Amino acid sequence: MQKNKFSFQNIFEKYGIVFVLILMIVLMSIAKPSFRTMNNFLNILTQSSIYGILALGMTLVIISKGIDLSVGSILGLSAVIAASLGQSMTASNKYFPDMGELPIIIPVIAALLVGSLCGAINGGLIAFTGIPAFIATLGMTTIARGFAYIYTDGKPISTLTPAFKFIGQGKILGIPMPAVIYLIMIIITWVLLNNTRFGKRVYAVGGNINAAEVSGVNVKKMLFLIYTYMGLLAGISAVVSTGRMVSAQPGLAAGYELTAIASTTIGGTSHSGGIGTVWGAVVGALVLAVMRNGMTILGIHSYWQQIVEGLVIIIAVILDMRKNARKK
Amino acid sequence: MDNDNYLLRMVNIDKSFPGVQALKGVNLNVGYGEVHALVGENGAGKSTLMKCLIGIYSPNGGEIYFDGKKIENYTTAQALQMGISMIHQELSPILYRPIMENLWLGREPINKFGFVDHKQMYKQSLDVLKEIELDEDPRTLMANLTVAKMQMVEIAKAISYNAKLIIMDEPSSALTEHEEEQLFKIIRKLKESGTSVIYISHRLSEIISIADKVTVMRDGRDVGTENIENISLDQIITMMIGRTMDEMYPKLKVNIGEPILQVKNLSHRKYFKNVSFEVRRGEIFGIAGLIGAGRTEVIETIFGIRPKSEGEILINGKPVEINSPRDAIANRMGFLTEDRRATGIFSVLGVDVNMAIPNYDRFVTKFGFVNERAVSESCMKFVNEIQIKTPSLTQKIQNLSGGNQQKVLMARWLMTEPDILFLDEPTRGIDVGAKAEIYKLITMLAADGKCIVMVSSELPEILGMSDRIMVMHEGRVTAILDNGPDITQEVIMRYATGTENDFKEEYRGIYAKE
Repeated sequence: MQKNKFSFQNIFEKYGIVFVLILMIVLMSIAKPSFRTMNNFLNILTQSSIYGILALGMTLVIISKGIDLSVGSILGLSAVIAASLGQSMTASNKYFPDMGELPIIIPVIAALLVGSLCGAINGGLIAFTGIPAFIATLGMTTIARGFAYIYTDGKPISTLTPAFKFIGQGKILGIPMPAVIYLIMIIITWVLLNNTRFGKRVYAVGGNINAAEVSGVNVKKMLFLIYTYMGLLAGISAVVSTGRMVSAQPGLAAGYELTAIASTTIGGTSHSGGIGTVWGAVVGALVLAVMRNGMTILGIHSYWQQIVEGLVIIIAVILDMRKNARKK
Repeated sequence: MDNDNYLLRMVNIDKSFPGVQALKGVNLNVGYGEVHALVGENGAGKSTLMKCLIGIYSPNGGEIYFDGKKIENYTTAQALQMGISMIHQELSPILYRPIMENLWLGREPINKFGFVDHKQMYKQSLDVLKEIELDEDPRTLMANLTVAKMQMVEIAKAISYNAKLIIMDEPSSALTEHEEEQLFKIIRKLKESGTSVIYISHRLSEIISIADKVTVMRDGRDVGTENIENISLDQIITMMIGRTMDEMYPKLKVNIGEPILQVKNLSHRKYFKNVSFEVRRGEIFGIAGLIGAGRTEVIETIFGIRPKSEGEILINGKPVEINSPRDAIANRMGFLTEDRRATGIFSVLGVDVNMAIPNYDRFVTKFGFVNERAVSESCMKFVNEIQIKTPSLTQKIQNLSGGNQQKVLMARWLMTEPDILFLDEPTRGIDVGAKAEIYKLITMLAADGKCIVMVSSELPEILGMSDRIMVMHEGRVTAILDNGPDITQEVIMRYATGTENDFKEEYRGIYAKE
């Protein structure tokens, strides 16, 4: 029986991005003492949680050789609907003036439902009409955003219940709630992808859709479910995001889809399908968060930060492609 | 005949595609525990028949009985359930997943909580791999296996479905001799356990040694089924190709001149070795061989599409360095590619653009603009000269018939005024009338003093058109023959299947190693 070869090159190829993350943290800690405080680390975790959750779903989507451009808009729409159902009695501009305070579960469920529904529409379009994921989700991007503006008439919805605020700003055992939720979703997605038939088939669909089909995998159903799960995660992100700001406005999270795609890509998920991991998406999200946080502490202007981010994404993919090419 | 005697009976199967009747009343009977070889030339309908059997296509007519029951309107997944498995020629693994996930895809074992049971999967995989004696860890990624081992995994997968019938499409084409032995061992084991195998192969000698029966197909029909002990190799070859030569080949008497193109010891890392030949002015040089023999790859390498690993190319006696099609065109070569749709036409562009595309340089005015009128005039000349039927020069090429598309592509290369013209399957997929016109055109070009190098899978075409014929088998030249009355399809077939000499044993592993 062949043994798995154990060499530094293999380890570096597989976990290279982790070394990059560690290196970044070490260098920053040396350069700026203010970076290496517990508070700042929790801050980084919280900052990465919203697009980090999106990146989890995006990992499934991209492994299946798809793309979802609409998650930012879906997040925005879910957020304003959740916020409208989660206002406190003291709010001056109540969306539903005659409604009392609802238990927190109602806006949360509403956000998850709206997110899942939008995702299901994406998945349905892709699976049953055969249009490319890029097009289907591009359409959904503007549709969901449009509904968010119509729903709110373009105005923010603020003054939410304390329970809502707790989801965004509270702590459990000293860990911020967004990070707790992120952690839970990491575990759920990890199990989903690695320990269920569903997960195995996500890889199969992206790795070789024809082989999946002739092996009896219901490819259409798979696509439908993958995008629905992506939508569900957008709904969860919406709740976290709304809680953090204790308000929601219809333009929320524009461009987050790109950050999610970037996290996933930096984490080694291949856009040619069939390759990708949950931990990769997590590390990718952390790399972006550490980079943003670090550059801000170093006083690098946010315009320059954008340029660095773009370069990092491109370099990450070039390295990744070299790695896969060498295997052939 | 009684259904009970056969595991599979395919009766009078018809299948047509728009414009083509691919199968015409084909019968195929396979007994229990029988290894049944299916042979025929490229395009004879073997693959179509198998695709009808496994539910990728549904036949237009005829009946299929499997294990005593009539079966119809099923999907490939249902065919698998019934016990019909196919190992495709183009392997279909999920490359970056472990062997075991490939084996159990679509039916992964789960535990009582609904999670995939990796331990169980691993154990079952070990069992299956042991059965075919494949010594690999089930957790190894497919991408890390050789092609031969991937194929073994596919076979293991078929076995794990408890298949009653396994179809193997060219299973040995990627295998080394040792691996082939192993494959035969597995086939014999399958046979003992009552599993039937349909074995498709171009290697006739192999069929003699492994099959019980052989069915020969030609032009979408089955021309006969024989017990293997009652038939000789030569008889099989005759059945495969036995069609009459048409009056299609208007070969002109041309004075053959001096050598123009000389190829010396040309090799490609993967596809062929030590290919040497020369083509003379006015000569039509045919290259024959089966699919995978390396014919196309040879001319693609000369034309700079693929890198050569060794060898020399001379034009008019001078060595030339050709590293890209641009270099080749600069050396006055033209190349009509095999797959018209994939590498020939620009389907949504006009006839004029399609024709002029490699030639725009010569239509540029001194200000750097394209002289459209000169382009049109030049295109028009060819449309008239070789009688391309198109309503206008701007007509999208996709709206023309296959034959006229091919003529436009010929015109494309004629416009570059080549000395050497490579034609890869110049008449594939076009009707008989258009074929004859293309042949006429080729003959005229030769008479005009050009060198023509023609790759073709159609033996009548090779025999009807060529002055000399080079035959290839598995990356080697097995013969260069002067065409004449004693050169028959049987002769070429013997060289092409490697049964004429023993080059075969020596070089059979050539494909397996990358």
